Amino acid sequence: MTTIDLVSYEDALASYDPVMGLEVHVELGTRTKMFCGCSTELGAEPNSQTCPTCLGLPGSLPVVNAIGVESAVKIGLALHCEIAEWCRFARKNYFYPDMPKNFQTSQYDEPIAFNGYLDVQLEDGEIFRVEIERAHMEEDTGKSLHVGGATGRIHGASHSLLDYNRAGIPLIEIVTKPIEGAGERAPEVAKAYVAELRELIKALGVSEARMEQGQMRCDVNLSLRPNGTEKFGTRSETKNVNSLRSVERAARFEIQRHAAVLSSGGTIVQETRHFHEEDGSTTAGRIKDNAEDYRYFPEPDLVPVAPSREWVEELRKGLPELPRVRRNRLREEWGVSEHDMQSILNAGAVDLIVATIDAGADAASARKWWMGELARRANEAGTDLAALEITPEQVARVCALVAEGSLNDKLARQVIEGVLAGEGDPDAVVAGRGLAVVSDEGALGTAVDEAIAANAGIADKIRSGKVAAAGALVGAVMKATRGQADAARVRELILEKLGVEG
Amino acid sequence: MPGITREEVAHLARLARLELKDEELDHFATQLDDIIGAVARVSDVADEDVPPTSHPLPLTNVMRSDDVRPSLTPQEALSGAPAQEQQRFKVPQILGED
Repeated sequence: MTTIDLVSYEDALASYDPVMGLEVHVELGTRTKMFCGCSTELGAEPNSQTCPTCLGLPGSLPVVNAIGVESAVKIGLALHCEIAEWCRFARKNYFYPDMPKNFQTSQYDEPIAFNGYLDVQLEDGEIFRVEIERAHMEEDTGKSLHVGGATGRIHGASHSLLDYNRAGIPLIEIVTKPIEGAGERAPEVAKAYVAELRELIKALGVSEARMEQGQMRCDVNLSLRPNGTEKFGTRSETKNVNSLRSVERAARFEIQRHAAVLSSGGTIVQETRHFHEEDGSTTAGRIKDNAEDYRYFPEPDLVPVAPSREWVEELRKGLPELPRVRRNRLREEWGVSEHDMQSILNAGAVDLIVATIDAGADAASARKWWMGELARRANEAGTDLAALEITPEQVARVCALVAEGSLNDKLARQVIEGVLAGEGDPDAVVAGRGLAVVSDEGALGTAVDEAIAANAGIADKIRSGKVAAAGALVGAVMKATRGQADAARVRELILEKLGVEG
Repeated sequence: MPGITREEVAHLARLARLELKDEELDHFATQLDDIIGAVARVSDVADEDVPPTSHPLPLTNVMRSDDVRPSLTPQEALSGAPAQEQQRFKVPQILGED
């Protein structure tokens, strides 16, 4: 293993200007494959979801999935692309066992969508426009299991085993134009772009875009040119960078590596590189030579796709509000900062908070519970917020119980705990655990009298005007009522009984 | 006249993982050149107003609904495989050592 020379990120940027190209593959959430009716369900046993078409057996004929095409058009429209009036599929020929057909059905010079853009918002609120070159339809490959080598890697494996369940699942490949002018923020732009694209894909409902499950995968192409020059340098292509954090790290690493090579008088080789999650580095894959000649030609087994303008306009009308626009609208409605909104987004809480508000909660309470107690519990359990066993409606009910004074925050946390533990709806937990605040004024008055009697010294202080000392008595009452009193009301009663103005 | 050179045939053979001897390259280069020459005559007839055809039928937008159809059983899928292991297609080594 050779070590890789790097220069510091600052030094790299002092001399060079990064240019990036990002290629993102999205696996669509269709029920069936792109060109045959085999199921796309994950987790099936090996080779149980194949047919003569996706196995490339003689005599079989592909037919394109209508939802696959519709999803591609929706993605194109949401990316402000032009939609082709007429386009074809093409065969991308190569010999590799991940495709039993010996070619991948893709699109070559006639993508279904082209010339668009996606505005992404950086951490500080700045908007950066990423231009889209194209979005085209293709199919996923099978899964290889490499046997006999070290740690399952292809290098040194004695043979490989292929499962073709994934072969043929619809993919949309989205390619940016060269991203220029991002400067030192290039890695951040790359991450923000992929994050925004993921939100967009999810909002369109065409895929769950779960990067950790490989439903969305990113290739980071990067080159450097000396500051002040126009001509692009030679690029490297880092393949399969599969988390948002990794996208940022891969771009950063490649900037530092390229700068080290270039500043020592070397040249960058055009090659694919592999990203390593454990240390954020990349290592050389295959060098691109003339062996990469896919001999594309129009797929004779599929007829052209010609989306009518009426259909395209109908789909355009049905597009949801773009995620960035929606987030900004919500941010203003909720009155939170850019930073807080980013945290809410990162926590996966936007839709949960919206649903909680829709169920009747006010924005501040909905946000407080999801980003506080529930985020803490999700974190403890190592799961997503959405995976918690509590619904937005239940959270809204907890908010309502607090708002009407039936629960205080401490009791509300216990109610949430009960709901999460499967004790039923909030009202059932309140009843089951006997959690309602003591609102019986008589009982509360007695508890307050007892607290005053037991803490005569403190009571005197309060009488002499030290209102702040009331906290100690409130604490005593809360303790006596096992937390089931409304603290604000207790404080009022104490001051009232001691004849002091609050 | 578009034709095919011996170098191009050698390149295609490499892409197709075919090992051709020198005399085979000569042989196929000549044959393929003849075939391409014959097919190229179509261009003589087709005027500029005739677009290249990739499909003989004047059809577009033939699509299927996104409904699952039965797949082959794994046993059926693997029945033509020269070798199998763990219910998967077994293929020879893809890459050697690093």
